[in-house]
Amino acid sequence: MFQAQPKTEIHDVVVIGSGAGGGTTVKVLTDLGMKVTLLEAGPMLDPSKDFKEHMWPWEVDHRGVGPNAENYFGKDIYPFGYFLAPNGYWNIPGEPFTVAPGSEFKWFRSRIMGGRTNHYGRISLRFSDYDFKPYQFDGLGNDWPISYEDMSPYYDKAEEFIGITGTHEGFRSAPDGKFLPPVAPRVHEQLVQRAGKKLNIPVIPSRMAMLTKPVHGRAACHYCGQCGRGCRTASAFTSSQAMIFPAMKTGRLTIISNAMVREILVDSSGKASGVSYVDKATRTERQIRCRAVVVAASACESARLLLNSKSTKYPNGLANGSGQVGRNLTDTVGHAVSGIIPALEGTPRHNSDGIGGMHVYTPWWELDKKNKDFPRGYHIEIGGGFGMPQIGSFRGVAAKAEGYGTKLKDDIRRFYGSQVSFAGRGEMIPNEHSFLDIDPVQVDQWGIPVPRFHFRWSEHEIKMVKHMHATFKDMIEAMGGRVTSPDLPESSASSVSVGGEIIHEAGTCRMGDDPKTSVLNKWSQAHEVPNLTVVDAAPFNGNPDKNVTLTIVANAWRAAEHLADEIKKRNV
Amino acid sequence: MEDQSRRDLFKILGSSLVLTTAGSGVLSPALAQHVHEEVAAVKSLSGGPNYAPKGFNRHNFATLRKLADIIIPKDEHSAGASEAGAAEYIDFLAGRSSELAAIFNGGFGWLDTYMHKTYGSDFLTAKPEQQTALLDKLAFQKNHTPETAPGVPFFAWVRNMVVDAYYTSPVGVKDIGYMGNGAMSVFSVPKEAVDYVMSRSPLA
Repeated sequence: MFQAQPKTEIHDVVVIGSGAGGGTTVKVLTDLGMKVTLLEAGPMLDPSKDFKEHMWPWEVDHRGVGPNAENYFGKDIYPFGYFLAPNGYWNIPGEPFTVAPGSEFKWFRSRIMGGRTNHYGRISLRFSDYDFKPYQFDGLGNDWPISYEDMSPYYDKAEEFIGITGTHEGFRSAPDGKFLPPVAPRVHEQLVQRAGKKLNIPVIPSRMAMLTKPVHGRAACHYCGQCGRGCRTASAFTSSQAMIFPAMKTGRLTIISNAMVREILVDSSGKASGVSYVDKATRTERQIRCRAVVVAASACESARLLLNSKSTKYPNGLANGSGQVGRNLTDTVGHAVSGIIPALEGTPRHNSDGIGGMHVYTPWWELDKKNKDFPRGYHIEIGGGFGMPQIGSFRGVAAKAEGYGTKLKDDIRRFYGSQVSFAGRGEMIPNEHSFLDIDPVQVDQWGIPVPRFHFRWSEHEIKMVKHMHATFKDMIEAMGGRVTSPDLPESSASSVSVGGEIIHEAGTCRMGDDPKTSVLNKWSQAHEVPNLTVVDAAPFNGNPDKNVTLTIVANAWRAAEHLADEIKKRNV
Repeated sequence: MEDQSRRDLFKILGSSLVLTTAGSGVLSPALAQHVHEEVAAVKSLSGGPNYAPKGFNRHNFATLRKLADIIIPKDEHSAGASEAGAAEYIDFLAGRSSELAAIFNGGFGWLDTYMHKTYGSDFLTAKPEQQTALLDKLAFQKNHTPETAPGVPFFAWVRNMVVDAYYTSPVGVKDIGYMGNGAMSVFSVPKEAVDYVMSRSPLA
């Protein structure tokens, strides 16, 4: 099966994965004049063909339900709808994963150039000072080996390069950054701001990776609201369009797409010496040799790869002397409540598309409050407005209104644009019950052993969701609205999103100063393997309520500059 | 729209944005309008009188068109569901999903049998008040009876899919008043809309 490749070319740096971490590494290293080889498990992206921006639902016969009416029968062939950017799947044929008895976990995987950055929400929040020192802050979790001051210059670089909207507000829980001008709040968002004022809940301009001014040759936004479909003018950030395509023009980037990495190879000294992968198109095993490996396959995929890279030198998996690879798995705590706001019914019609997603949001506002019954906090994402009607948009109102005829038409007209939703995105504290290991039996269609997930929310997260629910209800009622979401169930573990569902997995190769208790050092290099770096959300200690992508970019930028230095000094 | 013209359009959109960015970064209103009209180009969704159904026989398809227009009728604002191609949408999918075809064909069979037994004619040729007498029993929970129970899930399917089809058609999008999917140079919110909502809210 393993055929040694006759080629003896030695690549400088091999990067595995092309999302936020891999894209940043490619950009920074090629800008510094280094030669990089990028392996991506999916195909190349062609925005002009792959993005369905500006399409109306009627432009396809099935209007988005799937060519064989799949959506009507609950078959999820398009996890977030037909019109969204080619993104990934909860279930990939031939690439299963397993979940340990008593656990629930969903694993989203993206297999395309740019990974999840092609479709992500683009909420771009800096971690705060206490997010880097959570144990010092309240005695829970693990501290990072670096501080906010270490990361701050890289947040600056990331923000200036990506382009992030925002305003200076001075919240400790939401550090200010280098912002582009914000976007005007929509009508319902202005109403939410008033409700917040009444309830002492701040509602401030959102921090989003969309360009309100042109940046680095990328055009300013044209406010069609369809960032999730992919943006042909690259006005919404993707690693594919903003980082990888420009790097291709330097002549220093080699791309190998449809390359499913099997394992990282090591030499007799224990250093990473190459990568073994499957060329998916031909089902051929290939190996390439290199001087350094950067793993950015997403937190769970990266941990799986290290655990599967076993050798006599590393019998428990590569860089896993601490036994921490796969541990400390976290996702974001999610809970949403919607309501109908009568004041919004009959709003004079106008174009409320704007940027894709919210124009205002609520950062965590009770940081200093004493006697809370849960640690840390959450931010609030606000939904509403006149969205493009889609399949399913009015199913709920039709069922609730009952009936038919002109009254149904009137009901739907009145309903349209009167709904407001609040989604909490909160911090999960790492716990010993939440981790991944390798399933002892199951392999995928490439013969690669698959991960097995163990996952449990603790009382911290369950109590946080209660706080979310009560807050969102208060907000809806302050606007004179009525809640349409169900009450919290008695057994409230089921009111928290399923682990993995918010797609913010982190923590599986935590960084630390002590090789006995952490996988990576403060530069995201493996303690045991200095020419191996991990730069997705796996290095994170914890999972603050700040969405992972901006910090993935900042941390990868920092790691890449260090790696380049080390290579120049011949330390790697 | 053809793929090619779509690509051309975005070439225009992309390059003009880039060209103007040196100055203001603003898309000219004329170009924004052009983009808006291009993407709004509409094809006819209703098959017309000679449409050959793919998932249903002609009788059932005609019954579906009738049902669609009762659920979403023409009113003083806009056309009804048959003009928006709702029946053609359901027929297209029934032609590709035997699961869906079975639900609808079964439903039509039940509907006509009920109408024959009750009024001596099938649904299509029954009087309008006879048609709505049955639909009232299917559409409102308070009117459900054991006798009409088999028609309830069927009616829910028809209503769901007719609503889906109508509001994802140009007619329905216009009726509902969705005004987006274009290009704007600046995002702004009309004051009259803000004033309307605030004056109606408890937070005025």
